Amino acid sequence: MKSPITSLYELVKDRELRNRAYKDTISASQSVKIPAGFISCRKCSRRSLRSRWEENFYICPICGSYSPIGAYYRLKLILDPGSFHELDKDLCAGDPLDFPDYEEKIAAQEKKTGLKEAVVSCYGKIGGIDLTAVVLDSRFFMGSMSRAVGEKVTRAVEHADQKGQPLIIFSASGGARMQEGIYSLMQMAKTSAAIERFSEHGGFYISFLTHPTTGGVTASFATLGDITLAEPGALIGFAGPRVIEQTINAKLPKGFQRSEYLLEHGFLDRIVERREMREILLRLLELHRAEGAQGGEKA
Amino acid sequence: MIKDILSELERTERELGALSERKEGESGEEMQRLGASREELLQKLKRLEPGDRVFLARHPKRPHVEDFIAALFTDFFEQRGDHLFDEDRAVYGGIARFHGQPVTVLGTRKGRTVQENMECNFGMPRPEGYRKALRIMRQAEKFGRPILSFIDTPGAYPGLEAEAHGQGEAIAKNLAVMSAFHVPILSLVTGEGNSGGALGIGVSNKILMLENAVYSVLSPEGFATILWKDASLSGEAAKVMKLTAEDLLRAGVADSVIPEPVGGAQRDPEQLYRSMDRAISEALSSFRGMSPSEIREQRFEKYRAI
Repeated sequence: MKSPITSLYELVKDRELRNRAYKDTISASQSVKIPAGFISCRKCSRRSLRSRWEENFYICPICGSYSPIGAYYRLKLILDPGSFHELDKDLCAGDPLDFPDYEEKIAAQEKKTGLKEAVVSCYGKIGGIDLTAVVLDSRFFMGSMSRAVGEKVTRAVEHADQKGQPLIIFSASGGARMQEGIYSLMQMAKTSAAIERFSEHGGFYISFLTHPTTGGVTASFATLGDITLAEPGALIGFAGPRVIEQTINAKLPKGFQRSEYLLEHGFLDRIVERREMREILLRLLELHRAEGAQGGEKA
Repeated sequence: MIKDILSELERTERELGALSERKEGESGEEMQRLGASREELLQKLKRLEPGDRVFLARHPKRPHVEDFIAALFTDFFEQRGDHLFDEDRAVYGGIARFHGQPVTVLGTRKGRTVQENMECNFGMPRPEGYRKALRIMRQAEKFGRPILSFIDTPGAYPGLEAEAHGQGEAIAKNLAVMSAFHVPILSLVTGEGNSGGALGIGVSNKILMLENAVYSVLSPEGFATILWKDASLSGEAAKVMKLTAEDLLRAGVADSVIPEPVGGAQRDPEQLYRSMDRAISEALSSFRGMSPSEIREQRFEKYRAI
């Protein structure tokens, strides 16, 4: 699974991602005070040793429910060591509507997560195959779509397009960034147009849906993949469950809008466990490797 | 409140009408008094708060897509159904002529009577509606017809079946496919344009907004609920959301604003249709001389810059 690190430069890059990934797992697990070295599950509330969570890819060792993970940690799980190169690292949220208290709120989110926006984009390798990867991070403003998020996603799609690389986007979003009003809405059109262009040029796009993927992200780039995958039990939908319940004035059936429900209703290719994520991505990337590249030998 | 001003204006105008039928001289003074108060009310209606515009954008008598199609186009042929699963009455459209030129015209439909409102789901399309829109727009691309879309919707329908049938996918598909068309797309936001539900038929080369139309990421009620947990603060929300035609023009989202009669489109639809006709002619003529790939590129650049 691991590819050897060949240079000092790669070693430095790898350490950078590892450090960030480590911080990710600390701030992704909740802030309730519990004895050091333990993390308690959001679902079943029972605590396990941090090392047990780590071995289990942050899936509760007791109840099996998926804990949200940060963007860097996700990238560490899939990328070849030393191959991570972040894109548009300093692109941060603006305040296009001059919205009351918005800048303070962004500053608080930055402080809480160490992120500048709700998305990390990069290029790197999986099994030696170059790719562009984008990970939305639900810890920052619920992964909501701001102008900066839309811009970073669009630039990453353009990067993949220019370099002829496959694209993987991990979505996690509560929907639009309210404080950016119409600018937030228009990111749906901007990102979708970029994906369409990439697709016309023959680009390969894997959309990977994680908990939660809702609203404007669902109604744009997240549902435009050539291959659409999801983590088990992720909430995926356009309207949120509470809004639907209020509209239809009834309780929603159990499991509604979860990955398993979407698979059954024909909107997913496959549900992918966290432990098999890298392996499945690699298989898909290999299946789409441009002709002439090595590795296409017939048995 | 704008509602009170409008009803007072109506009463004053009724009285004026009744008076003018009587003999002159008898009522000269009264006429003058009513005329002055009418003038005063009209002045008030020229200074509108964003919340007032939301009210006008949703006015029950405001002209709707069916009225626009009847008034501005000829030879309309309605196209129905997504030809996949169902017919969604919340989306209305087909082929027509605009000053002789074949065009594809469509829009969200709220309906006028309660019966129609129910049939049209109050203008909230289901995935079938977006897929129907896509079907008829793809034909426009095939046959080289410009597309005109009229937007007036509270948003995409947040229902159980709508989700099960892929509301998000349906909208996303429209955004992607519309972005790549080679025919000009013109959107007119005529009432309220809320959320992805509006954008789902609104990826355009030019966006024209009626003076009192509003366009934003969500309804002011929904916005207030999410941010302040109180839908009754919708007036406050409207103020900070920057959702009026003027705001959208400044943001570079809208390309022009079509003036409405003082007090809203419902007060004189004929006057509005004349302004719309001029604005649409002007917008369409701006695409003459552009090649199909230039048209496509211009649309792409418009969104890339936002």
